[in-house]
Amino acid sequence: MDSSQLFGIAMIAYLLAAAFYLGLFLFKVERIGLVGTLLALGGTCAQTAAIGLRWHESYQLGVGHAPLTNMYESLVFFAWCTSCFYLALEYRFKTRIMGAFVMPCVAMAMAYASFSDRIDSQINPLIPALQSNWLIAHVVTCFIGYAAFAVAGGLGLMYLLKQSAATRPNRSGRGMTDALPSVQVIDDLTHKTIVFGFMWLSAGIITGAVWANEAWGTYWSWDPKETWSIITWFLYALTLHARFTRGWRGRRIAWLAILGFIAVFFTYFGVNFLLSGLHSYGSA
Amino acid sequence: MTTTKKNASLGLFASVQLALFLLCLLASTSIIGTIVPQNNPAAFYVERYGAATARFFQLLDIPDMYNSWWFLGLLTLFAVNLIVCSADRIPQVIRLVRRDSLAIAPEQLEKFPLRSERHLVEDVPAAAARVTTLLRRHGWHARTAPLNPGLLCCAEKGKWSRFGVYVVHCSILVILAGALLGSSAVAHKVFRNPLFAFKGSVMLPEGERTAHIFAHKGGERLDLGFALRCDDFTIEYYGNGMPKTYRSTVTVFDGGAPVQTTDIEVNRPLTYKGVTFYQSSYQPFQEYRVALKKQDGSAATTARISAARQMDWPEGGVSYGIINRESQGEVTRRLKIWFTDNQGEPSVFWVNADQEAAIERPSGIYLLTIGQRYATGLQATKDPGVWLVYGGCLLMLVGLYIAFFLSHRRIYVYMQPDETGCHLLFAGDANKNKVGFENNFAQLINKLDSNT
Repeated sequence: MDSSQLFGIAMIAYLLAAAFYLGLFLFKVERIGLVGTLLALGGTCAQTAAIGLRWHESYQLGVGHAPLTNMYESLVFFAWCTSCFYLALEYRFKTRIMGAFVMPCVAMAMAYASFSDRIDSQINPLIPALQSNWLIAHVVTCFIGYAAFAVAGGLGLMYLLKQSAATRPNRSGRGMTDALPSVQVIDDLTHKTIVFGFMWLSAGIITGAVWANEAWGTYWSWDPKETWSIITWFLYALTLHARFTRGWRGRRIAWLAILGFIAVFFTYFGVNFLLSGLHSYGSA
Repeated sequence: MTTTKKNASLGLFASVQLALFLLCLLASTSIIGTIVPQNNPAAFYVERYGAATARFFQLLDIPDMYNSWWFLGLLTLFAVNLIVCSADRIPQVIRLVRRDSLAIAPEQLEKFPLRSERHLVEDVPAAAARVTTLLRRHGWHARTAPLNPGLLCCAEKGKWSRFGVYVVHCSILVILAGALLGSSAVAHKVFRNPLFAFKGSVMLPEGERTAHIFAHKGGERLDLGFALRCDDFTIEYYGNGMPKTYRSTVTVFDGGAPVQTTDIEVNRPLTYKGVTFYQSSYQPFQEYRVALKKQDGSAATTARISAARQMDWPEGGVSYGIINRESQGEVTRRLKIWFTDNQGEPSVFWVNADQEAAIERPSGIYLLTIGQRYATGLQATKDPGVWLVYGGCLLMLVGLYIAFFLSHRRIYVYMQPDETGCHLLFAGDANKNKVGFENNFAQLINKLDSNT
């Protein structure tokens, strides 16, 4: 068995997990949710093995390096981080229903990585600029942050859904969003997730700066990727300050969590495909 | 009048609203420079956006917006806001941290978010001993003060974590200070010494030596005070043709004498006397370097030749030349060599650039290495502020950790004698992670219950 087959299995597991979590959201049958969790867990395990195997395969090809070097590998890693982060959150806070908002994102990332024409899944050797020990530190820190922000965005969406259902008069007696945690719990969780992501995003920007200084002789050159990462950082700093000092809660924070994730998405994806710059190795 | 005015402007700078507004403005204006390509010649903007828009861009420094007066102004405002905001709030925090936690009126404990009451069948000193031992066993440093009637016990953790957020603010200022110190513009205008901090580059052909570089901004010539010679530049490729390594072998000359010879690769710069050299580009020449020797070691030579030119080596008794080339852009990957020692048919063969070829001839075996001549493009940087920036970054991570993950937690136990023993009021609060603290608080009291 090679890594691409394992990635395929992980992708199918994530797609099914997303479907089951959505089933839990719609039909509120606890057993459906349990299947979703088991599938997500299985997918994550398969993907962990696949990432390890791909790493090993790169050494067999004689170009050994961590599988974190192009768009395919980073998408896969993003999916893996998000699903790990989500499962940890589910375990810690015992709220399975969040999966309906997070797992589709994970499944989409995996499916896009596997099926898009723009993405090359081959293992390629490292170009000179990427041959550095900072590679792993930089990519891992950034992607833990991205994963947290993806989850925070899902939570923001969940908050808005729950709140709009709560403010509307209840017609059928049993609302769609009854199974969701209370707005206070979602709000608190969104905040904690953003705090966690902010810490890692800061670390990601810092490791990137140190690496840039090592490779190009400048720690900050306002290249589009760098600029968008700092825009994202400003946005989350704004969110945190609005909450800590102005007492923003609920709706506003939920919208900021969603807006923040859009900025993350653009930093990660949009910059590579729409803008040009030093980070261009991420685009294929 | 003037003092109120001063207070008003100070009030503005001390406000979080301004901080939020500036963060918003910085985030949104930063987008411009990611859409409009930066630092291109003026003609580029005219061609791409039209003359009128280009003029408007020039007016607002959009082609170099991150160094424009208004963007730097925004950053300055941000820094001032950060300083005033923190200076305004730090004294309050110091007061709060310095305040004796035991100097609290027992009535105030009623207002604490977490409260629990217990009764023990023992006198106050025995209860106090029990409570303080329990607290100490769980890592709480407890102090007591007598009250009339009874005893107040207080235990605190993470008092200093209240400074975490200011550590982060301070770290941003340290980073900005480091950036200023390392800026070539500041070196020029404030220190009047362009050699204090600079970014520049030099294109150095193999075999040549230089003692100066050219600044990126303005192209000014900067004397290094020492010299650098490029001995060799090589590109290595992977099997699939992707570049694997760009390597310059350089020798540093200080005071006319060679001091060190090192390789510079991407991600492996060379630092000498505060100046760091980075492998950043290269330029191939249509000229080739030849190293030729007889295998028995009796004769050797080096030469520089062009394509389609016959070269004679009388000492070795041979003639040779390049009769064809296989190139990728300007980079020659393979060469077709014509080689004769004037005995029999000449040898004609393909050889990879920079790879040694052994040629068997009636007069003996010759070893030939032939490679393209390059100039290496080195970036040279002197940035005395970089350690300040790194220090600031480290400080930021520490500060973020303190600010987000540590909290100031307090537990009070108010013990009052009553008819049958002692009445205990537990009160607690935390400034962050209240849910986690609530659990700790409940667990502690449970421990007390199970011990009695």
